[in-house]
Amino acid sequence: MTTGALISGDIEDMRVSNVSISGVTFAADLSGALFWEEQRLLVVSDLHLEKGSSFAARGVLLPPYDTLATLGRLAAVISRHDPRIVIALGDSFHDRTAHERLSAEDRDAMAALRIGRDWIWISGNHDPMLPSDLGGTVADEVAIGAITFRHEPTGAHGEIAGHLHPKARVSARGRSMERRCFASDGMRAVMPAFGAYAGGLSIRDAAFAKIFPKNGFVAHLLGDRRVHAIAASRCY
Amino acid sequence: MLSRGEIPLTRLAASRRSTLSHKGRGNGGISLVGRAAPSTNPPPRLTCDAVPPRILKSPAEPAALLPDRFKAWFAARGWSPRAHQLALLEKAREDRSALLIAPTGAGKTLAGFLPTLVELSSAPAVSTKSLVSTGRTLQRTGGLHTLYISPLKALAVDIARNLERPVAEMGLPIKIETRTGDTPTSRRQRQRRYPPDILLTTPEQLALLLSSDDAPFLFSSLKRIVLDELHALVTSKRGDLLSLGLARLWRLAPQMRAIGLSATVAEPESLARFLVPQPGGKEAAADIVMAGGAAPPLVEMMDTRERLPWAGHSARHALPEIYELIKANKTTLVFVNTRSQAEMLFQNLWSMNDDNLAIALHHGSLDVAQRRKVEDAMSAGRLRGVVCTSSLDLGVDWGDVDLVVNIGAPKGASRLMQRIGRANHRLDEASRAVLVPANRFEVLECRVAIDAIAENAQDTPPLRIGALDVLAQHVLGCACGEPFLSDELYDEVRTAAPYADLTRPDFDDVVDFVASGGYALKTYERFARIKQDKEGRWRVANPKVRQSYRMNVGTIVEDDMLKVRLVRSRGGGQGKAGGSTGVIARGGRLLGEIEETFIEGLSPGDTFVFSGEVVRYEALVEDQVYVSRANDKDPKVPSYMGGKFPLSTYLAERVRRLLDDGRAWGALPEQVRDWLSLQKDVSRVPAVRELLVESFPRANKHYIVCYPFEGRLAHQTLGMLLTRRLERARARPLGFVANEYAIAVWALGDLSFMIRDGRIDLDALFDPDMLGDDLEAWLAESALMKRTFRNCAIISGLIARRHTGEEKSRRQLLFSTDLVYDVLRKHQADHVLLRAARADAATGLLDLRRLSDMLTRIQGRITHRELDRVSPLAVPVMLEIGRESVYGEAGDELLAEAADELVKEAMG
Repeated sequence: MTTGALISGDIEDMRVSNVSISGVTFAADLSGALFWEEQRLLVVSDLHLEKGSSFAARGVLLPPYDTLATLGRLAAVISRHDPRIVIALGDSFHDRTAHERLSAEDRDAMAALRIGRDWIWISGNHDPMLPSDLGGTVADEVAIGAITFRHEPTGAHGEIAGHLHPKARVSARGRSMERRCFASDGMRAVMPAFGAYAGGLSIRDAAFAKIFPKNGFVAHLLGDRRVHAIAASRCY
Repeated sequence: MLSRGEIPLTRLAASRRSTLSHKGRGNGGISLVGRAAPSTNPPPRLTCDAVPPRILKSPAEPAALLPDRFKAWFAARGWSPRAHQLALLEKAREDRSALLIAPTGAGKTLAGFLPTLVELSSAPAVSTKSLVSTGRTLQRTGGLHTLYISPLKALAVDIARNLERPVAEMGLPIKIETRTGDTPTSRRQRQRRYPPDILLTTPEQLALLLSSDDAPFLFSSLKRIVLDELHALVTSKRGDLLSLGLARLWRLAPQMRAIGLSATVAEPESLARFLVPQPGGKEAAADIVMAGGAAPPLVEMMDTRERLPWAGHSARHALPEIYELIKANKTTLVFVNTRSQAEMLFQNLWSMNDDNLAIALHHGSLDVAQRRKVEDAMSAGRLRGVVCTSSLDLGVDWGDVDLVVNIGAPKGASRLMQRIGRANHRLDEASRAVLVPANRFEVLECRVAIDAIAENAQDTPPLRIGALDVLAQHVLGCACGEPFLSDELYDEVRTAAPYADLTRPDFDDVVDFVASGGYALKTYERFARIKQDKEGRWRVANPKVRQSYRMNVGTIVEDDMLKVRLVRSRGGGQGKAGGSTGVIARGGRLLGEIEETFIEGLSPGDTFVFSGEVVRYEALVEDQVYVSRANDKDPKVPSYMGGKFPLSTYLAERVRRLLDDGRAWGALPEQVRDWLSLQKDVSRVPAVRELLVESFPRANKHYIVCYPFEGRLAHQTLGMLLTRRLERARARPLGFVANEYAIAVWALGDLSFMIRDGRIDLDALFDPDMLGDDLEAWLAESALMKRTFRNCAIISGLIARRHTGEEKSRRQLLFSTDLVYDVLRKHQADHVLLRAARADAATGLLDLRRLSDMLTRIQGRITHRELDRVSPLAVPVMLEIGRESVYGEAGDELLAEAADELVKEAMG
């Protein structure tokens, strides 16, 4: 026997919900991006562009449309918030030569996204040697006010990082669902991966315990129509 | 039914497990040559020694068919060959392939091998295995004579053991070997150099052998292939794989003839096509030999003294009566439909087992060693009862089973008949079976199943249309062997019955997919797995591709399974503790394996039944689930997952007819009759072809309940689509529940009123056009569709399950197939893998074809009843709301609920 989804009109569409990090209020976007209204700054993490072709080179012929899909979602969130600055928080490319495999169309699409705004590429473990001809600025980390943006989380106050691809599973009465999520305890945050093929790591993994020492953090799960804040202890 | 002219067989008591031995006195018979369905061309020659049963005539001259050595061997045992055994010898002599349809215990396997044994017994004694110089190269001769393919490796091993006996006793110079996943590498290598005369193996091993360089040598000498349990093999993708293997064999060994061994099926003529190469544009079929039927079984429905439950699947009300049955018989097989039902029943039976009867448990998730122990105890006659699932539907014959009890819904007539046949160890004695319905609807289903069996009606599914993902695997396998030309392979593949209608564009898309992924943007040419040479022959691009193919061959994609280990509780057991897992004592006794999807629905602290006891879920570490013993009597999370198979279309139709025919209600128990009569008074009993829709309010919500009787899978899909449409009609639907017979949808909007004033038009609500855009929209996010896609991705070789020896579970995969599905669907919706997944969805988890047939059937035949309260017929499905473990799509609401808990927690 089967019970279906509780389809309900009660859940309104809310593309963003607020997350406070070290006193700064960010809008957590349903797409997995963070937007800092005051600074008109948009952050996306772990785009993993050309992951498909990276696998293809190893004999796993994944559909070669992941870059197209990721850039399409990125374009949508950029047009929604019209940021002044965009930070790509590392692992923007799946491997060191990924940018060479970009199609001309994808290259053009990226260039179009940069028009009229500053673009900061932060290097990650997948893309430590970003080429200089990408357009925009390449950096290891960026600090703005109390907030530091870097790829790999250290647990420092005011840090916004990526790298871990947090996801969380919630279950109730035998049903369960798993989604990408932001993880934050108000002092620091780990962002979900934005890339179309980027997998996830459960927030109950030991890696998160190192960053959120008291274990009392909240997972902001990316639902279908809104972001849901759920205690990490309630997820697994 | 015993005919005097034939001397029946056997007293082979020593070999209980032998399927070759003919226990009991068999039915001799006559041989009639009749014509089968005229549609087949050429028509199969139908040899039947069952109908009419009383005419005595020998089918053939045994003297002419059996060499002296065999006659002496039969005589020495006081046996005489059975009619169907001789019929198969005759077919062999006529150089025809044949399909033998015979019940359990009819000496089917010996019949299948007799032609081989006779041929090999007269072969020159000197080994013909030698190297022959063909001038330039050395050519080896002396490959296999006969291949035997079984769906179960245990069965292959067993049959080999049983074959050794007549071979040894007659002193025949025949070498018999098995080859399964368990065969040591050294022996496999030897087998390829010095093949036996008879090799017993599985469809997967056959595919592997065919992809090796030795294939021409091994198979070009092949004379026969014996396909066991063919009825079971052809219903799945394994059957597709096997059919493609056959196609390859027909090219390597045009002289090869096939013998299929099968239980009774609905369309023997179509099954017979599987066994011979299909000539383009026409149909060809093997001859059909029907063995004398066993005595008709004695099947009854348990007429319980207790009150029949309205809903549920536990049959708890009948426990004492089931226990009495086990006590009153020597050995009883108790079949249930799901693993969790088996667990629950086993536990309940032991709680009342004052006589300490030896009752055991057997299901596919139990540890192999534990299952073997049960099987051995069973064949040694040490068990009084075994509670089992479909894990015992197939396989070797065991011991003296004198009663089969089937708990719950029979689901299909043929399926039930095969189960009942498990008690059929003496052909001339009727098998005995008792059906135990667990609720009122199941009473109807049991009733029509008993009628169907009395009429010997069959409802096995029609022959499959070959899946494209399996074809992709086969194409890669072919490229691993000798390079192939597309034109030739296309012609070869179409000789396989399931692929007879394969179009050239589909074939080319599959080859393109295997080569470079088949993407519209051909960016992967340089990474191609197979490449064409100057002559246009496809070959593997590098040895790694070959290695990966070898490690991933096969079409069985299991649910990801997790090992379950019993540890000591961490204490407290306060559910939501979860979290760090370091405290769990690692190790622990291995209880078996459980589906990852089930565990995903649990929170630490939840209790469920496994391996015969109530256990508490403690933690999940990698692929190990840690559980502790719980003292609870009832598990918190029931885990009835609905079973694998939905109610057959045939039985559903019979149930509808039974409901519609008030005079037939006399055959039903009084409680059920009263229930239906009351329904007739307060609402309506649905007519055969109509769809009854009831609407009523209840506790501030509004319900519609409809009764399509099309099985859980089709209903689940329908429920998803109905709620979408009701949402669009602003009826504010909240959810739905579906079982095998009915669907209930509830909403905030006043559904009765909306139907009355025309805002909801039922004809439009159930219009088949819901299978258009609404379905597309749902498929975009359906977890079931994603799972279907994942299976196709694995079988087609897009994703490797195994890398260099170790198996990676999904949690270790570096990407998720769900994400791949999303991207591919958006950017190349007609990709061959998505087409394969759609084809699966038509019959698999979404059962779209059945839903579509139903929607067409009921067009213009919807009857609506507006009620002021729930009707008697609606009670069972209403009772299931919120009671059973659920399996469906979850969405924002689940997350919102979890988020609300946080709020409550925060607000104290």
